[in-house]
Amino acid sequence: MNPTDTTDPEHYHRVVDCQWACPAHTDVPEYIRLISQGRYTDAYLLNRESNVFPGILGRVCDRPCEPACRRGRVEEKPVAICRLKRVASDLKGELAGRVPRGPYERNGKRIACVGAGPASLTLANDLAPLGYDVVIFERLGMPGGLMRSNIPSFRLPATVIDDEIGLILDLGVDLRLDSPVASMRELLEKQGFDAVFVGSGAPKGKELDLPGRRDTDRIHIGIDWLESVAFEHIDKIGERVLIIGVGNTAMDCCRTSLRLGAKQVKVMARKPRGFFKASDWELEDAEAENVEIVINRSPKRFVIEGGKLTGMLFEKMEYELKDGKITAERLTGEELIPCDDVILAIGQENAFPWVERDLGIEFDKWSVPKVDAKTFQSTRPEVFFGGDAAFGPKNIIWAVEHGHQAAISVHAFLQGRAVSERPAATVKLNSVKMGMHEWAYKNDYASLERRLVPHVSLKERFKKIDIEVELGFKPEQGAQEAQRCLNCDVQTVFEAKLCIECDACIDICPVDCLTITAAGEEADLRTRLHAPAKVLTQPLYVSKTLKQTGRVMVKDENLCVHCGLCAERCPTAAWDMQKSTIHWPHAGDGEPACHTQRQIA
Amino acid sequence: MSFIAKPTVAHPDLPRNSRGLTRREYEGANSTLCAGCGHDSITAAIVEACWANDVEPRTLVKLSGIGCSSKTTAYFVSGSHGFNSVHGRMPSVATGANAANRQLNYIGVSGDGDTLSIGLGQFIHAIRRNLNMVYIIENNGVYGLTKGQFSASADIGTTAKKGEVNNQAPIDPVQLALTLGASFVARSFSGDKGQLVPLIQAAMHHNGFALIDVLSPCVTFNDHEGSTRSYAYSREHYEEVVHADFVAPAANITVQYGPGECVPVTMHDGSRIVLRKVDADYDPTDRGAALARIRERLRTQEYLTGLLHISTNQPEFHEQNATPEMPLNQIPYATLNPGAATLAKILSRYR
Repeated sequence: MNPTDTTDPEHYHRVVDCQWACPAHTDVPEYIRLISQGRYTDAYLLNRESNVFPGILGRVCDRPCEPACRRGRVEEKPVAICRLKRVASDLKGELAGRVPRGPYERNGKRIACVGAGPASLTLANDLAPLGYDVVIFERLGMPGGLMRSNIPSFRLPATVIDDEIGLILDLGVDLRLDSPVASMRELLEKQGFDAVFVGSGAPKGKELDLPGRRDTDRIHIGIDWLESVAFEHIDKIGERVLIIGVGNTAMDCCRTSLRLGAKQVKVMARKPRGFFKASDWELEDAEAENVEIVINRSPKRFVIEGGKLTGMLFEKMEYELKDGKITAERLTGEELIPCDDVILAIGQENAFPWVERDLGIEFDKWSVPKVDAKTFQSTRPEVFFGGDAAFGPKNIIWAVEHGHQAAISVHAFLQGRAVSERPAATVKLNSVKMGMHEWAYKNDYASLERRLVPHVSLKERFKKIDIEVELGFKPEQGAQEAQRCLNCDVQTVFEAKLCIECDACIDICPVDCLTITAAGEEADLRTRLHAPAKVLTQPLYVSKTLKQTGRVMVKDENLCVHCGLCAERCPTAAWDMQKSTIHWPHAGDGEPACHTQRQIA
Repeated sequence: MSFIAKPTVAHPDLPRNSRGLTRREYEGANSTLCAGCGHDSITAAIVEACWANDVEPRTLVKLSGIGCSSKTTAYFVSGSHGFNSVHGRMPSVATGANAANRQLNYIGVSGDGDTLSIGLGQFIHAIRRNLNMVYIIENNGVYGLTKGQFSASADIGTTAKKGEVNNQAPIDPVQLALTLGASFVARSFSGDKGQLVPLIQAAMHHNGFALIDVLSPCVTFNDHEGSTRSYAYSREHYEEVVHADFVAPAANITVQYGPGECVPVTMHDGSRIVLRKVDADYDPTDRGAALARIRERLRTQEYLTGLLHISTNQPEFHEQNATPEMPLNQIPYATLNPGAATLAKILSRYR
């Protein structure tokens, strides 16, 4: 195994698991540190640089960072990263003067965005300050896309959406509401846009064509139904409701039903637990509201009596499981479950009836556009796709990153550069040594358990549909939770030529992640370490050859708690703790116009 | 030293010994020695050896005198007994404790000053008595606590940090112990745990006085060019002649050695040490030959290391004195103190 190339930005980036896992590469440890210092506005602005919607994402993000969090490997539960983001948003001060404001001097190029969801808004956020005239066309009467129409207001208050979209519109973005786009040709040829970004989401809920489906009006498509509730076209539902599907949309549907008068809500799952698509915390929240999740029931037909939906017939399933996978299934009978309404929440798709097929925009056989996974460019050079419209349903934070990446492409394209040439990520390292045993970060391990977020009581929360259930951390809870962060961005940096092989670092390391041993291949090295290094996705660091014995220093990055004791115990400062600042590129980096946008004080 | 305590969080896959304990549970207080001190590595080796030997912490007695080395008993096995004695007087305390309770495991940690200067008389009498204990000398050639003066183990020609040259001949505890008839004599290096850990394991199972002289660089006052006790110099000038692999009583010897290369030695408790001769001509059971060889190599400043001498048939202190098995504090009071009448009877014999 060759010595690790630490000049490759990827090396130190991967050590910061949360930031590596975040599609938008939010600088999580740094904003958590800002929160612990009470610098909420700074924390908010740092978040905004990468994820654009800290207040929204601090409530409803899919949080890929949390399963990645090292704290979850060292102890049981990861840092409540998402909820800390909300702390920054809830407690932030005045933003005026600290966020960019338009209008900007225009460069003459016009960009159309289809749909005012997170992908389009992010693209507008990145490109408006560079002088582009960005026009967003939105089908509905309010911007936000699914954040507005599909996420119930008891999880995400409308004011939070309004505030964060407001910051983008203040850049001088032209938002046109109630303006569905009927024709791509018209955008390109009649309206003369230089580039078009399609961020229209995946607005088509999947159907369940079983007998009886068309014989009643009490069967609803989940996302359409949620949208109708959000726009107050629907304000009640029957007493007994069945939700088909166990994704996050199903969780929103069942909890919304309870707020519209349902007394008995059942979520019907084809498969057992462990196969549910919904996030654990959304399942938890739904079950806390006494929603029953019925497993191993496969829908067979809707039961209509006298033109009225009276129930639904299910097949009872039984599965054989091996290693968490289904190896066999069989039917064991049928069950009729009475109900007044059924909501279908079994998935959604993107759909482009408004894109003419003779424009040079190619689609595959499932009518999904051919989009480059890196540049988000379609087969027609000036047309780009992002968010759920590009590769099917994902989540908000992915849509944001798509928006950022598409913005880089659109900017390059309109400046006549190749979209394939992407700016590189960079890592800056700065020593945090302040004295003999003093560091510019708090290196002492805080043995605290994950704080629980307070909720509105079950009695209170159903009184109105828009009572936000989660209350968010209070400042002191946020400060405590922030202490659980292991500061993974404060890197252990090793200088082989200084090492005298005294073993001090190895002896003091609380998690046994260091070993000095003979060089070898990775598979072999992993077996010779001080403690087993079984997590293959976590890289080994291998130093250059040590001068006294010709061995190498090996570090298993998996469990390092960044306590800095290796550096404190090192007599020659061969180990140093250095803060890494990972810069993930955005459109217009380094160009004068964006400086105001990127800077935080 | 560090200002924060070593986090209690540990690697979740750390192996457990037969008592269900991990290595972390054999640690002690935070070290206050200089960063990079060889002594801290020896502490880590003792922790590892106690863990591997399945030592029950409460059966361990840690003894020490004065000096950097003598502070280290606080840094391992915090659930054990400890006595930090007067300078150089650790062997007396060890003798007293051992006389009163022979069922505990005694481990003394001392330095070259504590053992070879102020405590030399105590040291040699502990050897003479063949006291059943492990005696570790953390040997760095200087008085670290008083800013780096030469100690009695400093080699001729070695220099102090500011350049003074030592002209006095060193006292070598290994040769001294061999001439005094010590039954387990080893030398090792703090930077070589692969050698040191099994040596400590074997020493803990040896029935009698087990000396391990450990070259342990003083990173602050004796790790410069010109020093013969620096990390770099020690690595260049130490030569392992006999490697001792410790094999617990119940375990089978699974490692395969070539014929003639290894000699299994059975200890009194049924455990074994497999002596792997790195130098085929060296015989660790022949005291005279071993001594001659060590002397000869020291002339060219080569330190032979490993288990340099072992003999398993020398009676230890309690056997010599036919003392009872039972610790004094467990012997019924009436037996322990037969009363004034019996005393008077005994004394009458001398009148």
